[in-house]
Amino acid sequence: MRAVRLSVVTAAATAAALAAVTGCTEKSDAKGGDAIQVTAADSTCDTSAKSVPAGQVTLKIENKGSKATEVEIVFPDDRIVSEKENIGPGTKYTLTAEVKAGSYEIACRPGMKGHGVRQKLTVTGGKVAKRDPRLDKAVAAYREYAQTQADETLPKAEAFAKAIKAGDIEAAKKEFATSRLGWERTEPVAESFGDIDPKVDVREDGLEDGQDPAKDWTGWHRLEKSLWQDKKIGDREKELADQLVKDLTDWKERVGKAEITPTSMANGAKELLDEVATGKVTGEEDRYSHTDLSDFKGNVEGAQEAYELLKPVAKENDAALTTELDKQFTALNTLLDKYRTDKTSYDFTSYDKVGDADRKELSDAVNALAEPLSKLAAAVVK
Amino acid sequence: MTDTTEATEATSEAADGRAPTRRSLIGWGGAGLALGAAAAGGAVAMARTGNDVDPTAAETGAAVAFHGTHQAGIATAVQDRLHFAAFDVKTDDRAEFVQLLKDWTEAARRITAGHTVGEGAYGGLAEAPPDDTGEALGLKPSRLTLTIGFGPSLFDKFGLKDQRPEALVDLPKFPGDNLEQARSNGDLCIQACADDPQVAVHAIRNLARIGFGKVAIRWSQLGFGKTSSTTPDAQTPRNLMGFKDGTRNIAGTETDRLKKFVWVGEGDGPDWMAGGSYLVARRIRMNIETWDRTSLQEQEDVFGRDKGEGAPVGKAKERDKPFLKAMKPDAHVRLAHPDSNDGATILRRGYSFTDGTDGLGRLEAGLFFLAYQRDVRKGFIPVQRNLSRLDALNEYIQHVSSAVFAVPPGVRDKDDWWGRALFSKEA
Repeated sequence: MRAVRLSVVTAAATAAALAAVTGCTEKSDAKGGDAIQVTAADSTCDTSAKSVPAGQVTLKIENKGSKATEVEIVFPDDRIVSEKENIGPGTKYTLTAEVKAGSYEIACRPGMKGHGVRQKLTVTGGKVAKRDPRLDKAVAAYREYAQTQADETLPKAEAFAKAIKAGDIEAAKKEFATSRLGWERTEPVAESFGDIDPKVDVREDGLEDGQDPAKDWTGWHRLEKSLWQDKKIGDREKELADQLVKDLTDWKERVGKAEITPTSMANGAKELLDEVATGKVTGEEDRYSHTDLSDFKGNVEGAQEAYELLKPVAKENDAALTTELDKQFTALNTLLDKYRTDKTSYDFTSYDKVGDADRKELSDAVNALAEPLSKLAAAVVK
Repeated sequence: MTDTTEATEATSEAADGRAPTRRSLIGWGGAGLALGAAAAGGAVAMARTGNDVDPTAAETGAAVAFHGTHQAGIATAVQDRLHFAAFDVKTDDRAEFVQLLKDWTEAARRITAGHTVGEGAYGGLAEAPPDDTGEALGLKPSRLTLTIGFGPSLFDKFGLKDQRPEALVDLPKFPGDNLEQARSNGDLCIQACADDPQVAVHAIRNLARIGFGKVAIRWSQLGFGKTSSTTPDAQTPRNLMGFKDGTRNIAGTETDRLKKFVWVGEGDGPDWMAGGSYLVARRIRMNIETWDRTSLQEQEDVFGRDKGEGAPVGKAKERDKPFLKAMKPDAHVRLAHPDSNDGATILRRGYSFTDGTDGLGRLEAGLFFLAYQRDVRKGFIPVQRNLSRLDALNEYIQHVSSAVFAVPPGVRDKDDWWGRALFSKEA
């Protein structure tokens, strides 16, 4: 009987939670459960409401035009939430969909082609984001950090490029890992631009079928392979060194425009640990140079920076979580220090010299930190 | 209330025989579905009783009681699938470890009853990963049992040295052992057995997740096709060598033999182990390909039973009492028999495994041997000492991992937790 009893209790608790949410919900011009009348014609698309509460949304569609039409609810980026195709002239159809809060459009596509005629639809509900000045400050500070990392990376990348262009393999090898640190610390921000990461940080196995490594593979890891495996610098490598600096300059100029929220900061910290867990602990990231531990450290530092900025708010909401995170960050950093003699240097043990048992220990420490870190976002927005 | 679960001396608030499905109990949808499922389940159970049909627990996917004098998963009728995990402790904070044991117990109580972990797999905060990983949603409890054990190395931690049972010895090296350390031992183990492999894997995965930072999985093993039954009326399962295995195993209903050979008695010491047992786990790799090229005569000689019926040499039926002297001196059954080992008797609960193939194209397969006993020194050790020296089967097998654990008694009720008696002692 326990299952039943529990259900009732949780249902009641959920009801209370729902009521609390309703208290701070935006106004909608249609009530929950009310259908939106959609009158489609050959060149018009009239809707009876412009906003509805989140949840089940019902469209009562009537095609008054002369052509078959298609009616869709679409996201701002044109992804379709729900659709009904082939609604004949003079016929009616009821379309229902589960829609979360956000901005949408209702599209009528007479003749079932083209952009169609569109009406805005705002779906309201959920918590209205309350602005916490401390979080605004944290975001601003993190943006500054991300900018500083990009700014400081440029001269290092230029030094790396310079060594390559001088044909100096040994000098270039020395600059390789340090040129990556700022990137590794703030990778989720850089990756949010989408197009830069594949140019500067892709590995050979990241290429698709049909892409030619000789032409399409660019960035750090392509040069890493030349320096450590092929042991030669040719004209192509010199070109790629310039290209790397150019792409990183693009990154530097765009950091200021990155969309950063407290949630994306917290999740970005977790993603940095994901990077460690999937790429660095396995030794896949820097497979030619084996400088994985330097990238590893950069990822952890970047995650810790985001965490420290969010900590005052997170601690208020979940003190046990921040205590655990403090402990696990310290544990992981202490463990990493075993792999360098000078704590101010990023000169770590070559990862091919790190045995299986030690890699397991690193992996356990990453899991120990990443698991509570995955709860940071919730603790920040609570 | 109809009783479609197996009879156990324990009661569980969740094991009501109705086989609740693993729906999240959070949210309106979840609540409605759970209510509906419970009501429907009750109706089905009643209909079955009305028809005088008594489906086995496996068919109904029922829950096995989590609470009891002994942990479930030992004398419990053997389920079809296994996920066994050994853990190393990562924290040196005793209070934190005790909290983990409590959190694990609570999660185990829920999962074995067919519920989700914590607040479920969906419907929670969108910004947070769900408490439950979700792959067992909609699946029945599937007779899932979760059984915890404490390895010798745990007693080097948390001031437990004086509590280490004398019977929890480090196993000696046996001739032919080729043990891989990374796949052996462990501070703790959790044995998850269920009739649905996804239910067993879900359990280990979620317990491991709760444990991150406090413990880390050292190694784990999946198993299928139970190789030893504790239900003698059912057909005896076969191991990967094609022979019936466990014909004379201790049955879950043989209270006297369980008491004599499996459960730690009140006076055995230490007190916290009373009602517990000792577990030996060995990964036994089989040389499948060479075995398959062995003549039928030799195969039957090696075991001391015939391949079809499973009858001992010179007998007609599987369950006829073996006449050991009729078997070859190096026959497996003869050497393993209690009569050849001063009466040493163990409860076997092993599973077959096939972890794909090795780099040489050979099946990476064998027996994941699990044996429960009252005292390892009077159970596995004498039997294995005998087998490792003489057994004709040794030509076809190799022990590649080994572990031993003290399995504490059962969790009594909702306020009890795994290891309470041990950790309530003064450090």
